[in-house]
Amino acid sequence: MTATRTDVSTPDPQPTRPSPLRRLLPGPPGTPATGGSTLLRHLVLAVLAGTVVVLVTNQLEPYQNLQVARVCAFLCVTAGYTVLVGLNGQLSLGHGALMATGAYTVALTQQAFDERAVQGRWILPLSLLLAVAVTAVVGLVIGLAAARLRGPYLAGVTLAVATLVPAITTIFTDVFNGEQGLRFPTETPPAFLGAYFQPERWLAWIALVAALLTMLLMANLVRSRFGRSLRAVRDDEVAARLSGIHVAGSQVLAFVVSAACAGLGGGVYAVLTATVAPGKFALDLSLFLLMAIVIGGLGSLVGAVWGAILLVALQDLPSLITETFTLPSDLAQRLEGNLALAVFGLILIVVMLVAPVGLQGAARSLAARLRRRAPSR
Amino acid sequence: MDRFLFLTFDGLSTGAVYAAFALALVLIWRAARLVNFAQGAMAVATAYVGYAVVSATGSYWLGLGAAVLAGLALGALVERVLMRFVGHANPLGDVIVALGLVLLIQAVLGMVFGSEYRPATVPFDTDALSVGGIAAVSPYDLWVFGAVMVVVVLLALLFTRTPIGLRMRASAFAPEVSRLLGVNVGRMLTVGWALAAAVGALAGMLVIPTGLGLHPHAMDMVFVVAFTAAVVGGLDSPAGAVVGGLLVGLILSYVTGYLGPDTTPLAVLVLLLTVLLVRPGGLFSSVKARHV
Repeated sequence: MTATRTDVSTPDPQPTRPSPLRRLLPGPPGTPATGGSTLLRHLVLAVLAGTVVVLVTNQLEPYQNLQVARVCAFLCVTAGYTVLVGLNGQLSLGHGALMATGAYTVALTQQAFDERAVQGRWILPLSLLLAVAVTAVVGLVIGLAAARLRGPYLAGVTLAVATLVPAITTIFTDVFNGEQGLRFPTETPPAFLGAYFQPERWLAWIALVAALLTMLLMANLVRSRFGRSLRAVRDDEVAARLSGIHVAGSQVLAFVVSAACAGLGGGVYAVLTATVAPGKFALDLSLFLLMAIVIGGLGSLVGAVWGAILLVALQDLPSLITETFTLPSDLAQRLEGNLALAVFGLILIVVMLVAPVGLQGAARSLAARLRRRAPSR
Repeated sequence: MDRFLFLTFDGLSTGAVYAAFALALVLIWRAARLVNFAQGAMAVATAYVGYAVVSATGSYWLGLGAAVLAGLALGALVERVLMRFVGHANPLGDVIVALGLVLLIQAVLGMVFGSEYRPATVPFDTDALSVGGIAAVSPYDLWVFGAVMVVVVLLALLFTRTPIGLRMRASAFAPEVSRLLGVNVGRMLTVGWALAAAVGALAGMLVIPTGLGLHPHAMDMVFVVAFTAAVVGGLDSPAGAVVGGLLVGLILSYVTGYLGPDTTPLAVLVLLLTVLLVRPGGLFSSVKARHV
């Protein structure tokens, strides 16, 4: 949380002649851009990252590509979530439910088109857009209430929202099909990629586009006037209002933006498996997402990438352990679901107690220390 | 009319449990200004201890005592080992640590005891007695209601009539001044956590047999309802927590009875939002709402 403030108080020594490459590198948030267009810089970074991931996916096995796709889907959510919690100081525990909103919107849209035998490449973008729109509206409703609530109260209300998902799917069982959930047609690669194109690679690309778009939007948002007003509201509401910031308005908008990202992430997550069920969006999911942004460093978009990667990697930890060591089946079964949970819980506690700035904050302060030491040599 | 009476008594009985659980939340809120989101998970952990003792000794009362003692120990442990060291740089730090504790406790319980539902025994009959031809209240309901009321009275006596209660109130109200006057504020905080966790443990032992049984997630919904009850009463007021708990228990009993059990989470959310938006300080609090 305090990373931005420490960065401002200890400015980096300005290099005498900034190289053109230096301008493209992301500085720590809060420091003024060294020149050039922020949008252009982020666009170049996004294209670079996208190219690297596409090249990597061409080498990967189907399961690994699915992992990449899941990381990208979670990244959509964690990017928006970290802006809300880290930069605006609103702790929501309902982002799992917001993901469910996006996922169910996609599923219902795809089913509706499938029943009418409508086909086309435009259905997927349309259903994802609808997911973003519907989730943004839900986020608006929660955000309007949230703007009047503080820390633990907001956490409590959003916790109640998170417990609502299974209940809603059971009450409106003819729409959401209760516990069983919904199925819709699997997304297939387009014909021009060849008949033997790996379907998982195509899914990874879809998720990648969504993640890059989200990251690009969030990175620009964080450095915009709006991003600065979010931080001002988090640090001191009275001072923010005196500076002419509409406190409640910016809080509601932060919630809407964050919800829209969660909706997109949830929608992509549903596309990956072509199914949705309430069991996937239990309260634990919201806590997993919280773990992801805490370990990356609250408020840091690069930290959101770390978090999304760890979230997917650690969920595979139990199966890795049970495969490596031969355990009695009873013990293996107990470890299966619970080991990742225990690790996530430990991470949340230890990171908050030992390094509240998270991985990205720690890396940044290490880099700053190295840079400071360099000229003296 | 029969149904209404039955739902009323049932609501009062479960409401008593919500009241006890809300009281545990309020105790910690008053002592440390934080909502203990791990309260539910801690209560489940102590209930596992309690029922392990019940199945080992065959005595419900020994199990109940063991659960409450485990609650005292767990509460003190959580405060001394974790909560005391949460930095104040991030105002969300304590909530996040508590949520981490939820994941950790539930995972450890799942690993040690397995995730299946375990039956929980009770010392009294849970079938409703007929009074004048109307099945209204079971002996177990009476025991739950009575036990909670005894605890409430004991806590009230502790806080208003004993030196340690005075010291606890003082260190919650004005920590700096209390420290100058020789009160060990840190120890009072530990005692507050231990007491709250013990009350939570009792509530857990009372409510778990009425639900599906013992399970790592058994208290998730109870926590949300108890939080609502505490907010209805105003997080700062112990009396409010008791009244809020009974009130929420009654409302939820009617909603569940007349509209079906699936609507309960929706009713909880509506209730919580209504109270927070209309009367954010709760029914019994004088705390001012935030202006934005």
